[in-house]
Amino acid sequence: MAIAHDNPLYAKRRRGNAIAKGLALAATLFGLGWLVLILAVLLWEGFGGLSLSVFTEMTPPPGSDGGLLNAIAGSVLLTVLAVLIGTPIGILAGTYLAEYGRHSKLSSVVRFINDILLSAPSIVVGLFIYEIMVAQMGHFSGWAGAVALAVIVIPVVVRTTEDMLRLVPDTLREAAASIGLPRAHMVVRIAYRAARAGMVTGVLLAVARISGETAPLLFTALNNQFWSLNLNAPMPSLPVVIFQFALSPYEEWQRLAWTGALLITVTVLALSIIARSLTAARKSQ
Amino acid sequence: MNVTSNNLQQQNGAQVSVPVATHAKVDTKGLPEKIGIRNLEFFYGDSRALKGISLSLYANKTTAFIGPSGCGKSTLLRILNRMYDLYPGQRATGEVVFDGDNLLRADQDINLLRARIGMVFQKPTPFPMSIYENIAFGIRLYERLPRTEVDGRVESALRRAALWDEVKDKLNANGQSLSGGQQQRLCIARTVAVKPEVILFDEPCSALDPISTAKIEELIDELKQDYTIVIVTHNMQQAARVSDFTAFMYLGELIEFGATETLFTTPKDSRTQAYITGRFG
Repeated sequence: MAIAHDNPLYAKRRRGNAIAKGLALAATLFGLGWLVLILAVLLWEGFGGLSLSVFTEMTPPPGSDGGLLNAIAGSVLLTVLAVLIGTPIGILAGTYLAEYGRHSKLSSVVRFINDILLSAPSIVVGLFIYEIMVAQMGHFSGWAGAVALAVIVIPVVVRTTEDMLRLVPDTLREAAASIGLPRAHMVVRIAYRAARAGMVTGVLLAVARISGETAPLLFTALNNQFWSLNLNAPMPSLPVVIFQFALSPYEEWQRLAWTGALLITVTVLALSIIARSLTAARKSQ
Repeated sequence: MNVTSNNLQQQNGAQVSVPVATHAKVDTKGLPEKIGIRNLEFFYGDSRALKGISLSLYANKTTAFIGPSGCGKSTLLRILNRMYDLYPGQRATGEVVFDGDNLLRADQDINLLRARIGMVFQKPTPFPMSIYENIAFGIRLYERLPRTEVDGRVESALRRAALWDEVKDKLNANGQSLSGGQQQRLCIARTVAVKPEVILFDEPCSALDPISTAKIEELIDELKQDYTIVIVTHNMQQAARVSDFTAFMYLGELIEFGATETLFTTPKDSRTQAYITGRFG
């Protein structure tokens, strides 16, 4: 006997399926709706203030027009420095976890602490660097800001480096060993090469993460109204300028804050897309 | 030589009797021994995977290790180039004499040893680099050569592995873009390029189609002229086709060792008989 379409058990399951599907769809639309709204407002408000002067003029005093040049330059400098400090440490630590200390006690402790660091509130990082650098030096500085951001970079890079190296099959390690390749060479010349796309993705994600961080910079790099690349002096940055300008009562400042937010969002979006396409390229290999 | 027993001191001190391998009557006199395995035991942590293995691998001959899954044949193979050193908790006792030198000794230079005893794995494992670099990489590890000479060595290694004609126009393509059979021959070329004396094959055809398998077997037969070859295989026909000597292993013991023809036609041990006739394994 064929099972009829109106079989009561089957009909009930189909109803259940339709309800579950409807709920899931509604939840998705609700979540994505806010995201679209945020982006739309950001684009609307940010594009309004976008002009050449944003990239050529300094942050203005209240009530007059200006740009974000010093903040953009400061952000780029701080980010580059943080990546330069954090990436080598992160890659070396990740390499230890994946290649050398896979089964050691130390590794599980390091991995656990790294996971905590990964989800630590960034304001705590800012306060920590304030205490050990700013308070000791007696003034805010670009160095302190870069170090604070580097502390955020490290756990991200450690995690992705370890994960990506673990995806490299052990058979490849054995093959490298089988032609007499010493372990360190195997790691650098075989494992890194096999995991390269994923490791670069990790660094890009770390850049995306720190380019929007405000809290760690508030207590470290602070801000600067003027053009300054002096790392021993307070340094402007986009997130802190946005924070300050958005809270101000001046219309020109608020407009610049919107534009700055748009710039950061576009940068993060671009980095994420690059990271994604690198991972995709790796998978299709 | 008949089945005898020799007593081995076990870890816990108890006396256990371990049968010694039955050697088929074959004239091995005059055959130079390349690797001599003497009373070899192997441990994964506390569990003993190999029990009192003794056998000779003769120079420029192909020796096959056969036996059911888990019998220790791959384990034995991986001792010969100290591959187990990569993993903590694995250790071997006894002696493996390679050209007069016990390769198990603690101060053995393992990287040099592995350059002299190459290995081809079950799954093809090309390095994530170009076909050319896959070969040149190993050559440059131990020799500083001018580019033209490296080119020559790469070509001769690829010819040796019967791969040259298929890849000569795309040497810069990624090694991982080749087919499975080609990848395996690339790995053989990579191993040969380092100029080892012994080549270990760990089930080299189990991931390949019949045509690729035939090519690899043909290759192994040719390589025998210059290298001592050891091959682990699940496939008894393969062992019969490619090897001069065969060792049958079961539950971590060497049950029978002898000339392949003799072992497959007139096995001495009933377990060998049962295995080669397909009654277990």
